[in-house]
Amino acid sequence: MIAPMLREAWYAMRANRLRTFLTMLGMMIGVGAVVLMTAIGQGAQFVVDQSIASMGSNLFIVLSGSTTSGGVRTGSGAVPTLTMADAEAIAGLPAISAVAPNQPGTAQVVYGPNNWSTRVTGTTPSYLEVRDWSLSAGYPFTDSDVRFATRVALLGQTVVRNLFGDEDPVGKTIRIQQSPFVVVGVLAAKGQSLNGQDQDDTILIPITTAQRKVFGSQFPGTVRFIMAQATSPQSMPAAQQEMTQLLRQRHHIRAGADSDFDIRNLTAVANTAAETSRVMTLMLGAIASISLLVGGIGIMNIMLVSVTERTREIGIRVAIGARERDIRLQFLLEAIIISVSGCFIGVLIGVGGAVLANLVAQMAVVITGASILLAFLVAAGVGVFFGFYPANKAARLSPIEALRYQ
Amino acid sequence: MAEQAFIVVEHLYKQYETAAGPVPVLKDVNLRIEAREFMALMGPSGSGKSTFMNILGCLDLPTGGSYVLNGQDVGKLGKDRLAHLRNEVIGFVFQGFNLLPRANLLDNVALPLVYCRVAKDERVRRAGEMLEKVGLGGYGNSMPNRISGGQQQRVAIARALVNRPRLILADEPTGNLDTKTSAEIMNIFARLNAEEGITIVLVTHEPDIAAYAKRLVRFVDGRVTHDGAVLREVMMDEQP
Repeated sequence: MIAPMLREAWYAMRANRLRTFLTMLGMMIGVGAVVLMTAIGQGAQFVVDQSIASMGSNLFIVLSGSTTSGGVRTGSGAVPTLTMADAEAIAGLPAISAVAPNQPGTAQVVYGPNNWSTRVTGTTPSYLEVRDWSLSAGYPFTDSDVRFATRVALLGQTVVRNLFGDEDPVGKTIRIQQSPFVVVGVLAAKGQSLNGQDQDDTILIPITTAQRKVFGSQFPGTVRFIMAQATSPQSMPAAQQEMTQLLRQRHHIRAGADSDFDIRNLTAVANTAAETSRVMTLMLGAIASISLLVGGIGIMNIMLVSVTERTREIGIRVAIGARERDIRLQFLLEAIIISVSGCFIGVLIGVGGAVLANLVAQMAVVITGASILLAFLVAAGVGVFFGFYPANKAARLSPIEALRYQ
Repeated sequence: MAEQAFIVVEHLYKQYETAAGPVPVLKDVNLRIEAREFMALMGPSGSGKSTFMNILGCLDLPTGGSYVLNGQDVGKLGKDRLAHLRNEVIGFVFQGFNLLPRANLLDNVALPLVYCRVAKDERVRRAGEMLEKVGLGGYGNSMPNRISGGQQQRVAIARALVNRPRLILADEPTGNLDTKTSAEIMNIFARLNAEEGITIVLVTHEPDIAAYAKRLVRFVDGRVTHDGAVLREVMMDEQP
């Protein structure tokens, strides 16, 4: 049944080559636009997701809180209320898997004739775990380095490039704020953070070294902020509650009083960014779908013309025994063939356009089988939807009038 | 009930609704056609014979009265059943041949078989046989516009025959053909009727064509005015 109908559909389409092509063109452009826009949207999403992954997962940042003195309120982190001991206590919580206290600063770094100003972060070895950061060379510093405040450093890729060029930095000695440090390892490249910062432009040193020998501190033993990683995404609310409770207790804060610290869920912030890019992908796809819709209307238009032109043929078919559903299927098949083959070429156009955008405009694009499959299904759906009315019109023609039609 | 005729038409009425009110076309037509009959249907333009043929062919339904074909009351059948009757019981032959222009002769002849889901090999075989039968054996791959009118009408007859119908309705089948070709076509009909016992109802304006039939029914103004022998004098007032 289907095979001869397909053949007849092919004859009918071949008889009006230009018209068939133009109708398909509408679908090609529509599908091409959807595929291309989705590829670009998902590309942007991929970039965001990647920077989120580079930040580390299930991450909290615990900041020193604000204080009010004489009616003047200071911002978060202004008063160093968090200590190394707090960090160690947090590490003991069940919902927390790793904790890294942070003492960041900016310092001039010198190696031989080269010098470079960079972010220097004093922290503990678990920082690498929290940030999900690996080394590309050498070894990380250890807890004993933290205990004895040794002068060792891990360099980010950008720092390596600026100080060492092609030279291997492991084992070399650099100067941070005039003090000599041995480079024990090199951090793997991480790229840009969500707010566009170069994450590789950094040096990690033991936190004790940072406190005592590099930046000094008017409040010994305090840290600027603490990074804490929850054991899983599901345990994040529990982790937040446990930390709040623990710190309030440790800081002797009475019930009802404001906390002197601030816990921020970085993952939630990141998810918002991811959500934004997802919505953007959706928007691009939706706008492109409008051209798909227009393509569908083009199919409907041509099928209506075709039904009118072939009225007599329909009459003949009915006279020799075609049922309404046979006629309907015949015209529906034609509409689907046009939309699906238009879609096929449209996918090629869309993928080609995406590759071109990637090569010429350096845009991040992601083409997934799912998006192509979706475009195909939508196109077939458009064919059925917009082909149905004309096909139904054909099926309901009065055979007598159809046979009389010249 | 006694042995029922192949076609029984009783008190058949048909009227068309127009803007100017209902226009009656058939008024109380009563007709019995036995199997194996060869009947010519004549009448001036507007006498209702085309409407009657459409009803016989299950393309149109009567407004009143009954039409029983092969024991089935056509007025009570659904659309799909009517299509089934057109496909398997009735074969149509039209004045304008009505072949599908884009399909070759074999596909044209095989078309009715597509609608009753006959497998491809069987379709090709039977359509080939039918083309053979009407003397166009080697033409299966030709296109309809490449052959003469007489040949096209023979293809149309082959198409009407391919599903082994019991009734052939021919609406002025020789209207577009010259005298010699008309005779060839009518000989095919006569042979089908005599040798295979296919009932044939033929609409024509030409006495020479009607003369092939064994029974003549004449319509005037929506009523049967003659039913019986094929008499020349009955046909004389016919407009060619």
